Amino acid sequence: MFNTSLVSRITHTLTRFVDISNHRRSVQTRLCWLLYIHVLQFEEIRVTRVKKMDSQTLYFSLELVAGSGHILNIEQRTALQTSLMILRKNYKFGRVLFWGKILGLKEDYFIAQGRGEDELKDKKNLYSFNCMDWFLLPPATNCLINEVSKAARGRFIGDPSHVYERVLRIHLEEDEEHEEVVKVSEENRLAVTIHWIDEEASVVPRGAFIKNPHGIVQMNRSFCGLSDSEARKLDSFLHFREPRNQKESILGMCELNQTIDFLDVLSDDIPKGSWSLQFECARKVCVLRSLLWLGLTFYHVPVTPHSGYIYIGNGYRNLDLNFML
Amino acid sequence: MTDTKDPSQETMEGEAAEEEEEEEEGKSEVMQSAATLKAFLMKNSTKTNMNVYDHLTQLLMKVMDEQPNDAVDVIEDLSHDVKRSLYVDKQSTLQDVPQATAAEQLAEQQRLLFSHTGDTVEEEEEEETPLPNISEIGFFLEHAGVGLGREELQRIYLALKQLVESQELVRCRLWGKILGVESSYIVAEVESKELEEEEEEDGEREEEEGVAEPEEGEVSQRDQLPQSTYKPPPAVPKEIVGTGANKFLYYVCKEPGLPWVKLPSVTPAQITVARQIRKFFTGKMDAPIESYPPFPGNEANYLRAQIARIAAGTHVSPQGFFLIMEEEDDEEGEATQDSYDVNNDFEGIPPTEMAESLSTWVHHVQHVLPQGRCTWLNLALKAKEEADEDEEVEEPDEEPDEPEPEVGPPLLTPLSQDAEVFNTPPWTSKLSSILTSQHAAAVLRSNLWPGAFAYACGKKFENIYVGWGLKNAGDGYSPPVPPVPQKEYVGDEEITEAKDPSAEEERALQEALAAQEEDLEDSEDEEESDEADY
Repeated sequence: MFNTSLVSRITHTLTRFVDISNHRRSVQTRLCWLLYIHVLQFEEIRVTRVKKMDSQTLYFSLELVAGSGHILNIEQRTALQTSLMILRKNYKFGRVLFWGKILGLKEDYFIAQGRGEDELKDKKNLYSFNCMDWFLLPPATNCLINEVSKAARGRFIGDPSHVYERVLRIHLEEDEEHEEVVKVSEENRLAVTIHWIDEEASVVPRGAFIKNPHGIVQMNRSFCGLSDSEARKLDSFLHFREPRNQKESILGMCELNQTIDFLDVLSDDIPKGSWSLQFECARKVCVLRSLLWLGLTFYHVPVTPHSGYIYIGNGYRNLDLNFML
Repeated sequence: MTDTKDPSQETMEGEAAEEEEEEEEGKSEVMQSAATLKAFLMKNSTKTNMNVYDHLTQLLMKVMDEQPNDAVDVIEDLSHDVKRSLYVDKQSTLQDVPQATAAEQLAEQQRLLFSHTGDTVEEEEEEETPLPNISEIGFFLEHAGVGLGREELQRIYLALKQLVESQELVRCRLWGKILGVESSYIVAEVESKELEEEEEEDGEREEEEGVAEPEEGEVSQRDQLPQSTYKPPPAVPKEIVGTGANKFLYYVCKEPGLPWVKLPSVTPAQITVARQIRKFFTGKMDAPIESYPPFPGNEANYLRAQIARIAAGTHVSPQGFFLIMEEEDDEEGEATQDSYDVNNDFEGIPPTEMAESLSTWVHHVQHVLPQGRCTWLNLALKAKEEADEDEEVEEPDEEPDEPEPEVGPPLLTPLSQDAEVFNTPPWTSKLSSILTSQHAAAVLRSNLWPGAFAYACGKKFENIYVGWGLKNAGDGYSPPVPPVPQKEYVGDEEITEAKDPSAEEERALQEALAAQEEDLEDSEDEEESDEADY
């Protein structure tokens, strides 16, 4: 699938041109369409070259994160290749990523994420049990997040219709006890957990995404990777979420580039030391593991544009982190 | 004589001289203009610091050297080439100093893994090697969804081969990988022939420590500080290498290709403290563990303790694969069932059955008791023995209560009897493939120790652990609370606690005493005076 923004802009200009020409300059319109097709083909070539943890690069990216212990077996991988292509076509995503796996007691959820024009905001999550049939998850609203944080306890079961119930006792001022029953289905818990993990633990290398003047976040097609020395510093990695920290010091601002540095840096995370940076695969691949969400692994091969992250784990935030460091 | 010059000659000469002068002037004009032209040609360009004169010289030299065909047609290209060659020279003033990156250093070390000694090929085919077939294990693990990546497993395979060749090993197995914050550990479980040497080394170390203490005692005798009579409760002795929690030896390395380091044996104190703390591994073997309760040892000991706990909790095998060897009863009357042997008649259980019921799997590693050992040791008996030896220690008035023996589940108990912790079943079992279940393997995943896996396919099975080395703590870990402060000593009849007198009371007492003395003196004086009177 092609970059929809570029396609829409080209079609827009060409339709205007066609309207103006009023069918008189048919040769020119034909030439325009030829140009259009060539541009689209060129776009496709460029688009397939630079991908991250995408269905296109799933072949080798799973090997690079295998150091954390979890891999997909060959049956799941081939099923993913097929089903993710179909998914992209059906939902008209810009690109489809395999997000990871959430392990449940009886069944595991396979999660895929589709991205639209704005990589940061147009995200949709889908889950599946067999890597073939995908179901859309609801977006995580604030109200849903509240419910899940109150009610959901224990491990994921593996049944999306399982309901977590919790009875909360609220004490009002006049010694009245008001009982509130909060119910949450596992599907909603799944949606909120994925949202949390993306908010707190998603990683991209600095320079991989740019913000264009319209405010739309897109992949940087001329990102050629971090150098070896840059990949050893936690400063070169950014959270892929709406930025929360606003840099106030002007001294810091002068070295930054507004198109690239609009995201939060990983080294500003609290507690410090909640990321483990290692070089694996014979010290050629930079691997970041989150200690807050155990199971999230990010990989980046320096001096190449390949990077990506995957989460395979229980879906638990590691609240004991402060004891463990 | 110049005076007798012919006037005609003079004019002739004069004319010639004039002509010469004219010619010279003409020549000099030409020369001058040539000189100015040359100076102009040699003026350096402000942009490139080159000049036409040098450029043309080099161009003509190039034409002279190369003598191309149709030189006039290619003269512009030659001119371009001459200019370009100048640029290349100027930019290479900075030379790259080749620095060995970390990847290159590791590659040098890993190169040794791939060295093949051709002599031992024939011998290996005949004997059974302790080296496990990692390729086969890797294949099944990939189906199970566990693994470290194919290339990494291959490197680990070669590193294990190096380990087997360097040490005399009966058995060797890849135990798994423990992730750390800065680097990870790859752990190999081995059974070695040389068991006694390690104990002797530990004994020597203890003697050395004992020698150091009396020296300090001599120094303190001069000061004669009161010696404390407190004796700490005796530490539970660790199990002999080859039994219980120390049944196997463990070797650890950071990356395959780097040398293997042997982990020390585990003591029961370390296991009991490891149960109470929750810490990440940093990746450095000698890093201290800062925790409460304080861990007796450094990271290598903590690693060993966690390995012992994980092995005891999650190493399982299909039922019937191992059989217990029945030994004779020991002197104490307890049958020790800690040895098992491979059952040669094992036929294999179909994977679908293994994936459905947990009773087809059994633990084949002894459970670690709360004491920290696999076989319970009665500390009270040991204390009595020591008391008999020491004549200085008074015998206690009351006999200590006999502690109850700790019993754990016997060896080869099926998994269906594992307790549920934090409301989660301890194991999740599946088939590795849904679509092709005829050739699938049964996969077990532990929920207590996230990262522990076991697979079984017919007669083959294997356990592996890839994870952070931490047990599932449920909703949250709460560190143990420090002990309650001890209560005051309740007074006896002999020893009571009395309040110190206040300053006023002391003064009153002194005055009273002073008054008494005066009375006595007065009475004595009176007696003397009475006597004197008499």
